[in-house]
Amino acid sequence: MLIVIAALGALGGCAGSFLQPAGPIARSERLIFLDALVIMLVIVVPTIIATLVVAWWFRASNPRARYRPDWIFSGRIELITWSIPALTIFFLGGIAWISAHDLDPAQPLASPAAALEIDVVSLDWKWLFIYPEQRVASVNRLVVPAGVPLRFRVTSATVWNAFWIPRLGSMLYCMYGMVGTLHLQADRPGNYLGMSAMISGDGFATMHFDTEALTPQQFATWTRSTQASGPVLDEAAYRALLRPSRAVAPYSYRALAPDLFAAIVLQRLPPGYGTAVGAE
Amino acid sequence: MHILGKLTWDAVPFDQPVAMVGAAVVIIVVVGVAALVLAKGYLPYLWREWITSVDHKRIGIMYCILALLMLARAFIDALMMRAQQAVAFHAPGYLPPEHFDQIFSAHGTLMIFFVAMPFVIGLMNFAVPLQLGVRDVAFPTLNSVSFWLTATGALLVNLSLVAGEFSRTGWLPYPPLSELAYSPDVGVDYYCWAIEISGIGTLITGINFVTTILKTRAPGMHYTRMPMFCWTSLASCLLIVAAFPILTATLAMLLLDRYAGFHFFTDTAGGNSMLFMNLIWAWGHLEVYILILPAFGVYSEVVSTFAAKPLFGYRSMVIATMAICLISFMVWLHHFFTMGAGGDVNAAFGIASMIIAIPTGVKIFNWMFTMYGGRVRFTSAMLWAIGFMVSFVIGGLTGVMLAMPTADFELHNSLFLVAHFHNVIITGVIFGVFAGYSYWFPKAFGFVLDETLGKWAFWLWFIGFWVAWGPGYALGLEGMTRRLQRYDVAEWRPLLLLAAVGVLIMLAGILVQLLQLAVSIRTRAQRRDLTGDPWNGRNLEWAVASPPPHFNFAVLPQVNNQEPYWDMKQRAIDSGHLQTPEPHYEPIVMPRNSATGFVCAVFATVTGFALIWHIWWLVLLGLAGAYATFVVFAWRDVQEHIIPADEVARLDRANRAARSQALSRMRADELVVHE
Repeated sequence: MLIVIAALGALGGCAGSFLQPAGPIARSERLIFLDALVIMLVIVVPTIIATLVVAWWFRASNPRARYRPDWIFSGRIELITWSIPALTIFFLGGIAWISAHDLDPAQPLASPAAALEIDVVSLDWKWLFIYPEQRVASVNRLVVPAGVPLRFRVTSATVWNAFWIPRLGSMLYCMYGMVGTLHLQADRPGNYLGMSAMISGDGFATMHFDTEALTPQQFATWTRSTQASGPVLDEAAYRALLRPSRAVAPYSYRALAPDLFAAIVLQRLPPGYGTAVGAE
Repeated sequence: MHILGKLTWDAVPFDQPVAMVGAAVVIIVVVGVAALVLAKGYLPYLWREWITSVDHKRIGIMYCILALLMLARAFIDALMMRAQQAVAFHAPGYLPPEHFDQIFSAHGTLMIFFVAMPFVIGLMNFAVPLQLGVRDVAFPTLNSVSFWLTATGALLVNLSLVAGEFSRTGWLPYPPLSELAYSPDVGVDYYCWAIEISGIGTLITGINFVTTILKTRAPGMHYTRMPMFCWTSLASCLLIVAAFPILTATLAMLLLDRYAGFHFFTDTAGGNSMLFMNLIWAWGHLEVYILILPAFGVYSEVVSTFAAKPLFGYRSMVIATMAICLISFMVWLHHFFTMGAGGDVNAAFGIASMIIAIPTGVKIFNWMFTMYGGRVRFTSAMLWAIGFMVSFVIGGLTGVMLAMPTADFELHNSLFLVAHFHNVIITGVIFGVFAGYSYWFPKAFGFVLDETLGKWAFWLWFIGFWVAWGPGYALGLEGMTRRLQRYDVAEWRPLLLLAAVGVLIMLAGILVQLLQLAVSIRTRAQRRDLTGDPWNGRNLEWAVASPPPHFNFAVLPQVNNQEPYWDMKQRAIDSGHLQTPEPHYEPIVMPRNSATGFVCAVFATVTGFALIWHIWWLVLLGLAGAYATFVVFAWRDVQEHIIPADEVARLDRANRAARSQALSRMRADELVVHE
């Protein structure tokens, strides 16, 4: 079992693995994952071994194995065969119930710091991150302060996508006209892979982005410098964003039209074009 | 409007070399086979004995052949995907996204609907009536209709290679991506109409087998004496009857959106795509159990036969089967925990999903205890069963992990999920149908498949599977999502290359299976099974000749316990009366062949194709033709034919003689063992 965990640890060397968590949510999810894995391996490994041993020992050519063709029922064994999986599931079910509530994406994180709100919009085929308090926006690059709870409001301007930063935690579907709430946090500064986890058309494979966690001071500096230069995200700029494009190099907007995110979610602005544009 | 609707020469992919090769292969295979059949003069034979046959055994065999053909096609898709991901690191690879997306969509669609489903249904068709001790299914002609409508669906999916394109939205067409606004081409229409038409066939199969199992069993075959495969087939068909109308209705709504401007799932004008997600999985999760339950039944038959013991804990197994059948209705939401439903809903569905692991675990333990105290023969069928048991528990383990909503938040839509369902579908369903294939092949054709090559095939599949999908689990944990046409993460590369090696090992397994079939047919004279009972079987299918006569049983057997044929053999051996007194033979009435199924499928193909391309006059023609077919069928004068008593007696006597010889040999062996 330790070997399995060590092997999983080795996997975690990757830029996008929740087995190397960089935030409280991913850390809790790794714990749940490992708990469930170990609890079940306790049953599964002996079952595999027993199956192979029984099959081999009772091979037809083994004269020492006793043939008992009439041994076809045992109440005691039935009790055990139903009890073992039942008790395991009872236990795991408890973990599932508690953790599903504790780690509900909509559940705010306990923290002395106030949460930073970021509105996420999936587009064809890029990501728009709107910072309503800072009144800036960023395309294909998510910049966040480390150690501060993050409150994402997630939607889509087009077909479904799933917003996912594995090392920070849970993924959530992005759906047009709907908002999902997701709370995450980065513990320390670093660069974490983010992506779409739901097929969304021809440009889907290029829908990944860097998540840059900065110190709060660096984040404040980034905010100021972003506010200082770049285009403005008004309705015309947003309509231009709706045009499909792939692998767009990250850039930012220095200012926002008021209530842009609400206009997108309430469908006051049109949806994206998707692959249809290519076909025309 | 154009007389051919949307169909023009632009539909043929002349400008895409890879797609053009696919189109050429389809045309060459179809035209080549047709030419061969005509040139050799096989057509009358095929028409009389197979195409118009309403014999459940023939229909079962045709289902299995269809499944094997589609397996070849869908496996080529798998090879292409693995090849693409092996080379597409920091590079576009050889498949552009619009083609890659069609390939993974076609792979999943074909593997589920036209490989796993027809194989499972084929085995059911072949074995269930024999095991029940009856002469045919409840509705033989409808059975033929079912098969041919399934073949229509498969044909339409493959036609998309030649004319137009296939869906690019995955094996389930999630809106709004599958709506007209985002998928304006005919790909999704090919998908929908192929599944709508074959889905009707599947629903009819469900009704047919529920009726057959509930209403037509040999005298004395109570529910508690039915072989396990019949029980699991019953459970599976009950699920078909419950689930397939949901699929039909859901796709009909999507089609209304696409064809008539409705807004069921558009996310605009009041529609909502989450509705589709719920509906499709209300069918989709049952579909998983529709596939796996009959496979469990095959394993029960195989393990019991080759351990030379009755199934351990039979009643427990029946309860477990029906428990899975019921609980599977209550778990669909676990396919979208990441939609944001909230703690209560996610936890409730997570726990319901985990509960399914309990009866499944019971089954694994009971198979193990069936082997305990047995005399295990490691035939290829038994190897598939043992390979299943050790692999499936791992698939079950990862399934329970995915059922934990909080773990799913990090695993959903990753390759971990994809590895999980390949784990349960390949090592569960596919190993099961392969076990059934080698187990019942001698019953169907009268000779045994080559066992050495069969074992090679098993080991190649088993090792190939783990080399391909072991890395899949690891890739998921490294954050790789499914359906990526290209990627830039260096850590994924070595594992993807390893997975490509794995799929090549599985390819070797398939080639060995083809070789096994060729070698076995060539040497069939030496492999002839005269007794009808090559494995020392326990249920009634082994009590008839191989291949069984058209009428299956000369006289319907009287069933007195759970393993009627084993019991018959034991009594004969113990008493030394190897020959029971000859029964009184009577003429047997059997249903006549009917072209209804085939003709109706021809019209269904025309209708489907015309609907896809908006050729409205042809739609009307096709529908009128299908309707006319049924009117003609309803007006038939003669629906049965009679097999005279002499003929029945002649066939049965030959079988009885071979059988009593075999029994006397067994008795001699038994005496040797006892000394």
